[in-house]
Amino acid sequence: MDLNYSTEELAFREQVREFLKTQLPKDLSESVRIGRTLSKDDHDRWHRILHGRGWLAPTWPDTYGGCGWNAVQRHIFEEECCRAHAPRVVPFGLTMLAPVLQKFGSDVQRNHFLPKILSGEHWWCQGYSEPGAGSDLASLRTRAVRDGDHYVVNGQKTWTTLGQYANWIFCLVRTDPNAKQQEGISFLLIDMDTPGIEVRPIILLDGTHEVNEVWFTDVHVPAENLVGEENKGWTYAKYLLTHERTNIAGVGFSQAGLEAVKRLARQQMHRGRPLIENPHFAARLAQVEIDLMAMATTNLRIIAAAAEGHAPGIESSMLKVKGTEIRQEINDLARRAAGAYALPFASEAVIGDNSALAPPEGTEAVAAQYFNNRKLSIFGGSNEIQKNIIAKAALGGRA
Amino acid sequence: MNFQLTEERQMLQDSLRRFLSDRYSVALHNDTLSSPLGYSATIWQQLAELGMIGALLAPEVGGYGGAGFDISTVFEELGRAGVVEPVLDCAVLCGSLLAGLDGAPTAREQKLLDQLIAGEQQLAFAHGEPSSRYERCWVETRAVAEGDEVVLTGRKSVVINAEAADQLIVSARETGAAGDRDGLSLFLIDPAIAGVRLRGSALMAGGRAAEVDLDGVRLSQSTRLGTAGQAANRIETALARAEVALAAETLGAMETATRLTMDYLTTRQQFGRLIGSFQALQHRVAEMLIEVEQARSAVINAAGHLEDLPHMRDRHIAAARNLVGRTGRRIAEESIQLHGGIAMTAEYELAHIVKRIILAEHRFGDADTQLERFIDLSAA
Repeated sequence: MDLNYSTEELAFREQVREFLKTQLPKDLSESVRIGRTLSKDDHDRWHRILHGRGWLAPTWPDTYGGCGWNAVQRHIFEEECCRAHAPRVVPFGLTMLAPVLQKFGSDVQRNHFLPKILSGEHWWCQGYSEPGAGSDLASLRTRAVRDGDHYVVNGQKTWTTLGQYANWIFCLVRTDPNAKQQEGISFLLIDMDTPGIEVRPIILLDGTHEVNEVWFTDVHVPAENLVGEENKGWTYAKYLLTHERTNIAGVGFSQAGLEAVKRLARQQMHRGRPLIENPHFAARLAQVEIDLMAMATTNLRIIAAAAEGHAPGIESSMLKVKGTEIRQEINDLARRAAGAYALPFASEAVIGDNSALAPPEGTEAVAAQYFNNRKLSIFGGSNEIQKNIIAKAALGGRA
Repeated sequence: MNFQLTEERQMLQDSLRRFLSDRYSVALHNDTLSSPLGYSATIWQQLAELGMIGALLAPEVGGYGGAGFDISTVFEELGRAGVVEPVLDCAVLCGSLLAGLDGAPTAREQKLLDQLIAGEQQLAFAHGEPSSRYERCWVETRAVAEGDEVVLTGRKSVVINAEAADQLIVSARETGAAGDRDGLSLFLIDPAIAGVRLRGSALMAGGRAAEVDLDGVRLSQSTRLGTAGQAANRIETALARAEVALAAETLGAMETATRLTMDYLTTRQQFGRLIGSFQALQHRVAEMLIEVEQARSAVINAAGHLEDLPHMRDRHIAAARNLVGRTGRRIAEESIQLHGGIAMTAEYELAHIVKRIILAEHRFGDADTQLERFIDLSAA
């Protein structure tokens, strides 16, 4: 056992810190720090800066222009980015679609799409979820019918994150309605400019527009946009989901969030003393910090095993459950710390100029983030589904 | 023992529930939320005509109720429907401050009360401050007498209904240090006079509030409500009544959240079955139902002790608000989780209800603050 990072790992961390200190624009980190909604331009700027440094694709092999980092390096990079309040890199093209293309795509697809993901020319979104499917992904109903050299797509996708900015969508579509649920599904790449596609906003309970419905009406998709084989899409989807679940613990987000709560609790006054000295608040803060310290180590144990080539199994599910519980608890503490200042509506305080309201520093978005992050335990396979996976692996065949 | 509502309260509950289920649609609601006023003036007037504001005030001041169970009956219905109209701030808080309770209202106070009951006046209580957190007497705003005038300087934070209010009731300190019970006074001021600045914003759970800056506001001494420096009792009584109202409102909202969740579990299919047929989810619904019953009992305790001596009254209120704060959070979070993504969308009824539940904790003291109060009151 050695709980310390190696000399090389520490040097790498220094390199990342130096890069973030000099290259991360101040207005971007400020927006992230206070929880302001980022614009497409904000995302694009950070994407270009990372691309310029060659650090955009930590999970890609270097043959495709990736960093070739191991799991520990990727973790260090994530941790430092969170600490510096860097924008989250939009994952759909880079960490979800790209591994599928690299493993299952044709040479033509790889050569065409991968460089455009890196350059930012293509902004991808994910066409997985459907109304009525939820965590039961295989029950999807969007149809694609082969017609000569095209597929004709009809149906509806939902919860399409940042789909309002995307120009491409990767979709799971049903190509054989008579096959068993998971066997008649294909994986299709669709240009969002194709006639028949309509994107409708879904406004979330905190007032933000980050997800959408995407409707397909007789959308003609060239057959060469099929990834791999027809009706084998479930295999590729499952492969993609293992990549979706990287950095699932969100340790960096939790650490940054905890620091933000502490800052807030030092400023907010209670009976003439900073709130952080209040024993009940301090106890809640300490409890979640203790949980986070243990989870950070659980996460590192799994990362270290992964760096040696062990594929994580139910550990991913464990990290999803515990990681989201801790993040949600930190969000709860932040809104609690804000007191009455949690009441104003975030969009007025957070989007654009908030000088009219002038809330105390750090309270602007706490309630919105608390509500928005209720999604963490729902999406990416709800926590209930994760618990089923854990229990099945542990008890399967015996109970 | 008798836990039945009186006939009058049962009628009040029935008429209010019928009115709100007929008139207070989700669509009206969403329009109201984005309106500049933050509430519906029509609904406000209709609620007044139904006698709802009068039900919150005692017969001695022109109402026909005003006891703890009157307040809890009205507010449970308001919470059940997710009403955003400023009944709590305008009618309960300001109504109670005007009614005084330590002596008959003056003619001027009575006139305002009559207008309030008729739905003709909007009022707001400007009391909380940036450093007060949930301390009831933590007032740093100063009131300095100059001849027959008083000069107010300070800042009031998140004053709900301030922009719509025809008059503000402002707390200020004439003597003593922040936190002292002695030295507090209340002033009735027109928000349009010199030195008052309002910076408004919408509220997450509906309605509007403003930061109120008081920069050397000159008032006549006659704008003071009651005896100089002796307002602490009035403030604490008004807040106690508001806390009973808020606990009952949250209970009503918890019932709606639970009902919507049960409806969803018995209609939504996944993996080829109703999701309500999964035992893991059934147990969670069972726990929600247990928590709602606990919350109901806590609200009954608080409402039933509202007319007791302050120490006894406040102990029951702290207990109720701590329990409702804890169970409310649980009901809100479980309702969202059991629904899944649909609960996160603004236009689904549950989204609004859970925001009402969670953000109620941010008024007059969250569950932790109430726990501290309960411990202090139990030790005393």
